[in-house]
Amino acid sequence: MTAGIDTGDTAWVMMATALVLLMTPALGLFYAGLVRSKNTLNTFMMCLGAIAVAMVTWALVGYSFAFDAGNGIIGGFGHALLSGVTLEPRAGQTIPHLLFFAFQATFCIITTALVCGAVVERMRFGAFLIFAALWSVLVYAVLAHWVFGGGWLQAGGALDFAGGVPVEIASGFSALAAAIVVGPRRDWGRQAFLPHNAMFVLLGAGLLWFGWFGFNGGSALAANRTGVLAFVNTLLCPACTLAVWFVLDLLRTKRITAIGAATAVIVGCVAITPAAGYLSPGWAMALGVVAALPSYAVIVLRPRWRVDETLDVLAAHGTAGLVGLLFIGLVAQIGWNGVSDGLLYGNADQLLWQALAVAGAVAYAFVVTFALLKALGALMPLRVSPSDEAIGLDVISHGEEAYATGEGALLVLQSESASAA
Amino acid sequence: MKLVIGIFRPEKTNDVLEALYHADVRGFSMSRVQGHGGELERVETYRGTTVRMDLSEKVRLEVAVSDEFVEPTVSALREGARTGQVGDGKIMVLPLDQVMRIRTGEHDRGAVTPVSN
Repeated sequence: MTAGIDTGDTAWVMMATALVLLMTPALGLFYAGLVRSKNTLNTFMMCLGAIAVAMVTWALVGYSFAFDAGNGIIGGFGHALLSGVTLEPRAGQTIPHLLFFAFQATFCIITTALVCGAVVERMRFGAFLIFAALWSVLVYAVLAHWVFGGGWLQAGGALDFAGGVPVEIASGFSALAAAIVVGPRRDWGRQAFLPHNAMFVLLGAGLLWFGWFGFNGGSALAANRTGVLAFVNTLLCPACTLAVWFVLDLLRTKRITAIGAATAVIVGCVAITPAAGYLSPGWAMALGVVAALPSYAVIVLRPRWRVDETLDVLAAHGTAGLVGLLFIGLVAQIGWNGVSDGLLYGNADQLLWQALAVAGAVAYAFVVTFALLKALGALMPLRVSPSDEAIGLDVISHGEEAYATGEGALLVLQSESASAA
Repeated sequence: MKLVIGIFRPEKTNDVLEALYHADVRGFSMSRVQGHGGELERVETYRGTTVRMDLSEKVRLEVAVSDEFVEPTVSALREGARTGQVGDGKIMVLPLDQVMRIRTGEHDRGAVTPVSN
């Protein structure tokens, strides 16, 4: 091994990278279970599409815009086309630069996939892929630069452990913008849309939580004390959110629901994401309790809005990410994180910077996504036709069905004479 | 008394149910069926194997109605199910000898008229 590289750190971040990549197909399951059966494959394919598109854009320019020095807003072209991304470590790190690139790539991929939750069941697949390519560079990479790559928020002192700004706020508020521009599903407000497979939703949530240990635990970029703190907080916080969600469900409907529980797991994981390496385990549990309330409220109110933000990306990611980011400013403890205290421990500046991070990220993600989709919409249709939407995007966009019976399916042979005979 | 059978596209189910509701038709049975009605076959591909789907998913709705409700039911079915493309389905009206409501033992007209309340 090259000098400066730690084998234990490298082994853990390789594992964590694989864990985070698993989150994207897990999200595909989670989302596919929530839509109607005729859109199952299309929904999953949007998540797989994000892997194909965002991995390529990340290697071309995304990584460079996020992690090259550049200025306070955006990185330069120094690492474009993987230039300078070698097996030597980056300054201050103990893992090969190439591994750091790959670990961060999986974050860009899952975030791009998250946004599709706002537009499933009606957006054209091709239009989504083009949107995903541009979004991964214009929104994700820029916000990652702000908090991870030496941008103005990081320089000022805002703390974001594993992506409250570029992952959670970015996906949540971009989803809101996307739902507004693309418009609601044709039967929105007229017909009830039920999740077609609750087991997919539960399985997807479980796999997402599993992957999240790599997401948060790996964000220390080392198998060290901070990594362990983030790892254990990722266990504590979502469990508390789950428990509180049970109580909220019980109070509201007298029953504890399974899809509510799956949602609670996501909300808890999101809330701890920015804060995982900065809070004491006790405060992480408190964050799990606090974060449940606003997300639950947004989910309950959403069906009454005219905006069809279909799979609650705003409630689960935008809202909980925002709570997690602000919570750092209140209760961060230097004794646990070695970086900074929050307001409760005498450092009011931290809360100010966390609030700035939230405000800047919300505004940037919403405005840029809104403008991007408006521009794309002027060049191409964003939605399928109403009749295609009624038939379902599995057959229309992919020529396959998730639950084909095979009855009445005839094999089409290559030559016309063979089929005629 | 007639038995009205409608066979139509599954994606028009909601429209048909709404149209029936507006026509004050309340009682019916619904089933999922597969059929072929001269529409273009769908071609699907699974791992390089191309197949022609000769059977399409359809919904079959059966409504037993008294004579004055035949025309409103048929109109509502057509209005809800029509797209104008081949494959919209069929509406069939059959004579009905006898109907009994199991709960009360009411016959015929009383049996097909919805209970008010």
